[in-house]
Amino acid sequence: MKPSGIRKFFDIAEQMQDVISLGVGEPDFATPWKIRAAGIDALEQGKTKYSANRGTLRLRESVAEYMNKKFHLTYDPAEEILITVGGSEGIDAALRAMIAPGDEVIIPQPSYVCYEPMTALAGGVPVIIETKAEDEFKLTARDLKAALTPKTKALILPYPCNPTGAIMEKKDLEEIAEVLRGTDVFVISDEIYAELTFGGLKHVSIASLPGMRERTVVVNGFSKAFSMTGWRLGFAVGPKEIIAQITKIHQYAIMCAPTLSQNAAVTALTECEDDVQEMLEEYDMRRRFIVSGFTELGLTCRNPRGAFYAFPCISSTGMTSEEFCEALLAEQHVALVPGTAFGKGGEGFVRASYCYSVAHIKEALRRIGEFLKNRNLKK
Amino acid sequence: MNRKLLKLLSKNARTSLEELSVLLGESKEAVAKEMDAMEKEGIIRAYKAVVDWERVDSTGVSALIELRVSPKAGLGFEEVAGKVMQMPEVESVYLMSGGYDLCVIVRGKTFQEVAMFVAKQLSTIDSVLSTATHFVLRRYKDTDVILIDKQKDDREVLV
Repeated sequence: MKPSGIRKFFDIAEQMQDVISLGVGEPDFATPWKIRAAGIDALEQGKTKYSANRGTLRLRESVAEYMNKKFHLTYDPAEEILITVGGSEGIDAALRAMIAPGDEVIIPQPSYVCYEPMTALAGGVPVIIETKAEDEFKLTARDLKAALTPKTKALILPYPCNPTGAIMEKKDLEEIAEVLRGTDVFVISDEIYAELTFGGLKHVSIASLPGMRERTVVVNGFSKAFSMTGWRLGFAVGPKEIIAQITKIHQYAIMCAPTLSQNAAVTALTECEDDVQEMLEEYDMRRRFIVSGFTELGLTCRNPRGAFYAFPCISSTGMTSEEFCEALLAEQHVALVPGTAFGKGGEGFVRASYCYSVAHIKEALRRIGEFLKNRNLKK
Repeated sequence: MNRKLLKLLSKNARTSLEELSVLLGESKEAVAKEMDAMEKEGIIRAYKAVVDWERVDSTGVSALIELRVSPKAGLGFEEVAGKVMQMPEVESVYLMSGGYDLCVIVRGKTFQEVAMFVAKQLSTIDSVLSTATHFVLRRYKDTDVILIDKQKDDREVLV
């Protein structure tokens, strides 16, 4: 199994002094104070034991309410919701629950690095679809149809997408759903960035479309929207038959998600809409700032519609993504992630996170400008 | 745009018009017009630096002074407040609820200087009944800015 391509540069970057990184896929905000206070309360009250395998009922009920309010999805807290250790565990356990050796899992790329190795670990065969810039990195019905075989067991739907910033609108999902209806293919919809969509576009879950709920496991969590990465908490929701199987894996491998985090997370779901909104506004401003910055430097950069990454095209420099990132790090001490870390289809692109202050982004852009100027590449 | 613009400026008043325009997704002209209008309306009062004075001269001191005042008929606290806010030593004046009436924040070179200012300038005002002076020993956070050393970004690239 290969180590993650994101890591490689950061091992080098860590050795350097004055590195300006746009590499981290993690909010720069501290967890909202209300949530931290709830964690402290839970600790003071000695809520330090295991919870039920599925997670505390209180949190599952909150998740049910939240999913209903936000995404018009209805799940029964008793049997259709599992609290996991981050979204990652949900994806892993869902894959392991669904896959028999030799089953194929369709994975659109460029996308987050875990799907391919986790599929392989579960004994499955990853089938990659390379989404294209000209399709705004959306998964198309055409490509999905071409990838389906009798062995296809599941489709991973990683939207809003890390690293491309692509989202799937309702009409896009309708086309995907149309292809899947009448098949036995499951969907694992990784919606960890669901709260982070921009330009007035609200995230739509594929599970809300006719004929999709019964085959879909929606994975979401607290890390990104509530800036709770270190609390390691997520959830998987779906039809009770699938959740029952996933819960067995969770039960043996994990027992339960951290109880303190679960207590704090109830506050996140029930009292923190304003905090999420405020962070979203801040990301939105940075998004405009970084896109405008790359564009001014002469690099094509589409407007990301979701998540918190810009994915500019660097092919005009004549370098590969890796060459670009390596040279940029060596010469200007700026750390970006090459698009190829997210699959071959990421060639020609780099990922720049905007989980950083405007001043930090500005300095990174200035150095990238210098880098291009020194090579007579600046527009 | 108003509220977002004000938030950006109160975080960094030196943000250029170009940057503001990009951050807000509005034209430069629209942002400039909005700022002008808010200055004229007195919504934006000043663009100032937040200075950690302790790093400039370590002997300087600030104090928060509680004033109990007997309000004048027809004028309430306005008359005293009007007088106190003219004094150059005074940074802020607030009318308070609770145990006292005016909160006055004063900056001076030494404890002695501030104490004398209170004794000679504030407590001598006719309607001031009493004063209580609390010296600031350390400022941790001021007008939204944390003044203790910056925390390092210790986020790590994990995968």
